[in-house]
Amino acid sequence: MTQRTEQEVLERIERIRRRRPRITDERITLSHGSGGKATHTLIDAVFLEAFRNPLLEPLEDQAVFSVGAERLAFTTDTYVVSPLFFPGGDIGDLAVNGTVNDLAVSGARPLYLSAGFVLEEGFPIADLRRIVASMAKAAGSAGVQIVTGDTKVVQRGKADGCFVNTAGIGVLERPVRLSAGAARPGDAVIVSGPVGDHGITIMLARGELGIESDLRSDTAPLTELISLLLDAAPQTRFVRDATRGGVATICNELALASGVAVILDEQSIPVRPEVRGASEILGIDPLYVACEGRFVAVVAGDEAEAAVGALRSHPQGAEAAVIGRIADDPPGLVLVTTGFGGMRIIDMLVGDPLPRIC
Amino acid sequence: MCLGIPGEVLTLDVERPGMATVNVGGARRQVNVMLIEEDGVAPGDWVLIHVGFALAKIDEEEAQVTLSYLEEMGQAYRDELHALSESRID
Amino acid sequence: MGPGGMRFVDEYRDREKAQALAANIATLVEPGRRYGLMEICGGHTHTIYKHGIEDYLPEEVQLVHGPGCPVCVIPMGRVDDAIWIAEQEGVIMTSFGDLLRVPGARGSFLDAKARGADIQMVYSPLDSLRIARNNPDRRVVFMAIGFETTTPSTAMTVLRAAAEGLENFSVFCNHVTIIPALEAILASPDLHIDGFIGPGHVSTVIGCEPYRFIAEKYGRPFVVAGFEPLDILQAIQMLLLQLRDGRSEVENQYTRVVPWEGNQKALQAIDEVMEPRPTFEWRGLGWIPDSAMRIREKYARFDAERVFDVPAIRVADPPACQCGEVLRGMIKPWECKVFGTACTPETPIGTCMVSSEGACAAYYNFGRFTRLRVRQAGSA
Repeated sequence: MTQRTEQEVLERIERIRRRRPRITDERITLSHGSGGKATHTLIDAVFLEAFRNPLLEPLEDQAVFSVGAERLAFTTDTYVVSPLFFPGGDIGDLAVNGTVNDLAVSGARPLYLSAGFVLEEGFPIADLRRIVASMAKAAGSAGVQIVTGDTKVVQRGKADGCFVNTAGIGVLERPVRLSAGAARPGDAVIVSGPVGDHGITIMLARGELGIESDLRSDTAPLTELISLLLDAAPQTRFVRDATRGGVATICNELALASGVAVILDEQSIPVRPEVRGASEILGIDPLYVACEGRFVAVVAGDEAEAAVGALRSHPQGAEAAVIGRIADDPPGLVLVTTGFGGMRIIDMLVGDPLPRIC
Repeated sequence: MCLGIPGEVLTLDVERPGMATVNVGGARRQVNVMLIEEDGVAPGDWVLIHVGFALAKIDEEEAQVTLSYLEEMGQAYRDELHALSESRID
Repeated sequence: MGPGGMRFVDEYRDREKAQALAANIATLVEPGRRYGLMEICGGHTHTIYKHGIEDYLPEEVQLVHGPGCPVCVIPMGRVDDAIWIAEQEGVIMTSFGDLLRVPGARGSFLDAKARGADIQMVYSPLDSLRIARNNPDRRVVFMAIGFETTTPSTAMTVLRAAAEGLENFSVFCNHVTIIPALEAILASPDLHIDGFIGPGHVSTVIGCEPYRFIAEKYGRPFVVAGFEPLDILQAIQMLLLQLRDGRSEVENQYTRVVPWEGNQKALQAIDEVMEPRPTFEWRGLGWIPDSAMRIREKYARFDAERVFDVPAIRVADPPACQCGEVLRGMIKPWECKVFGTACTPETPIGTCMVSSEGACAAYYNFGRFTRLRVRQAGSA
C-alpha cells in the first residue's frame, strides 16, 4: 500500500478547502451566528442559493447600485446583543453606528436609516426610551436621520428583551470602487485602532466569567475617519468594519475574494492590555474578537504612510497602524508572523468563542 | 486546558477568606487562593491561575535564574556571532 | 517591558534567546542520529505549533505528540452520557468551552443545545456553583474534565458546595491521571521515544517525584517544562544534554512555578473528595486501571453518576477515526486517513481535531502551512 507523502496530503487538503462548502446541519446552532465558517456556509447554501443575483453575489457589507445618475449604497443589519446596556454604549448605539459603518466602508455618505423593533412583552418602556435616546444621539453624531420604522411585540420569552433591525441608504459621491476582490500584492493592510474592545467588553459585561476591567465598547461612526483615509489614499482598494469574527475574518474574506495571501505581523497589531489579559485568561485570540468602531483597510503600498498619518490625526484613529501586507503566495490564506519568528495560519473562525456580541 | 497564566494579586477578599482579586494585564478576576495559602499570599505576589484557582506562587527569584541563564546563552550566542563576523578575512 | 507587556510571559518569548538556544541545541545532536522526544501535554502541543518551535530544531530531533489532552481522551460514550444528563428535566449542564463541540454519537453539546438542552459555558467550576446558588429550583451539573492540574479545583468546589449545604449541585467526574497514561505509552513496543517533555502544570500539583520510574526503570530522561516557547526549547536542550551524557534523570525546567514536592494541599483535597476508579476507558488507549477519579461515597450527593441514572452506554469510535493512534504517537496527524478531508475543525470526526490542544487541530491550524512552505522551499 502506498503511503501518501505529507506533501500530497497537504495539497489534497488545499483542493478540498477550495470547494464550495455544503451545509449538513439540520438545525441552526450558535456557530451559524459567529461570522465564521458556519455563517459563510449558511449564507452560501441557503440565502445566496435562493436569492442569487449579481448585486448580492459579491457578498459585501452593502449593495451598491445606480439609480439615475446617483450611485447608492444600501445595507441592513440586525442587533441582538446581550446584555442590552454595557460599558461604552447600548444596543441603540450599535444599531445606528453598525449600519452607518456598513455604508461608510463602501465610500458612501450615509443618509437615512430605518429602525425596526421586536419587543418582548414585559420589556420596560424606560429601557426602550434609553435605547431610542441613544439611537437619536448616535444618528445626530453620524449625520443621519431615522426616517421610517416598525414595531412588533411578541409574547414573553419569545425575544430576549429587544431586538433591533436597521437598514440604511447612502450616496456614493466619490468615484471609488472598494471591493474585497481588489487587493494586489504589495498592498498594505491597516487597522484603525486597537482590536477586540467591543467583544471582550460584552463578554465581561455578561458577568458569567467573573472578570472585570475598565474596558468599554468601541462603538462609533467611522464616516469621518474613512473620509480622511480616502482623501489621503485615493487608491485604497477595500475597507470593512471589523465586527463579529474580528480582523481575522475580514482578512480571510479578503484573501479568498482577491486570491492573495494576507501576511500579518503580530507585533504590529494594536491590542489593549485588558483585551490581551482577558483573552489569555479565556484562551481566545483577539484577532477573532469583534469590534464595533474599527475598520480594516487595504491601501496601495506607497500610500500606506500617508494613510496612517491621516488616521492618526483624528482622535478615533490615534492608534491606527499598518499590520500587514498582501502577497501573491500562498493564495487564499492568512498568515501571521509571530514575535518568536514563527509563522502560523489564521483560518476562518470555526465555532463561536463569544456568542451574541453584536 | 492546561491553560495556566500568571496574574498579580491585587487584594485579598476580607469578606470571603480564601478569595483574592487577581489582575492579568488589566482584566481582573476573583480567584480562590486556598491551595497556596500556607505559603502566605499578599498583594503584589504573582500566582499561576487555572480555572479560577491559584495553583502555585511564582517564585520571582527562580524566574530570574531562568531568565539569566537564557540571557547568558543569548550573550554567548551574540559573542559567537560577533566573533564570527569580526574574523572574516576579506 | 513597556505598557501592554505581560510579565512572566513576554520574557519567555524572546526571539534572540530562542535562536541562541537553537544554536546550542544543534551542537548537542549527533549527526545522523534520530531523536524522538514526546511532549505529553496538550498545552505544549499548542505552544509548539503556535510559535513554530519545530523550525528551531535540527532535522534529527522529532517531536512526538502524547495523550495529555484531557478533551482528546474522553471516549464518545461519556459525551453521550453527559448529553443525556443535560437533557433531563430541570438540568443546567455547565462545561468548559473546549468541550462544547466534541462529537458524541448523537452530536455535541452545541447540537444538544440547539435541540433545547440548557448548556452553559463556564470558565471555572466556581462559576458553576454560583449558577447553582442562583437557580435553587434547577439541578446544576458540572462536567469535570482534566488531568491533575484541574482535579484539585473540582475537589475544592465540591468541598465548598458541602460547606454551603447546596442540594442542587453535582459533578460528572471525568478526571484522569497522567502516570498510568505514561505507563501505557512506555509499554508500547513500537514507540521509539528517547525522552519526555513533562507536563508543567500537572507537576505543580503532583510534583516531580512520580516521574522517577520513567528515568530509572525505563532509562528515559524526563524534563518538566513550562509553556512558553523558551521554556520548551530549554527543556529540549536539557533532554539532549542528558542523552549526550548518557544520563537519565528527572529534571525541572519550570522552577519558577513547579515545586519539586508538588502541592500537598491540592493532593489532600483530591484525596478527601475522590478516589481512583478501578478502571476507565481512554479514547485510543483502551481500558486503563487506576487511571481516573470518581467522587467518594461520602460526597455521593455531589456525584452526578449517583444523582442521575446515567445510561453508561459504551460507544465505539467511528471506524474512520484514528485518534487513538495519534494520541499514542504512532502516527502524525497528517497520516490519519481522514485528516483534513472528512475530518476538519469544522466537521470533526474525532476529538484530536476538536480540542484546541489536540494534535490534529494544532497541526491543521498552525503546522500545516509551515510544512507546506518548508517542503516547497526544499523542492525549489
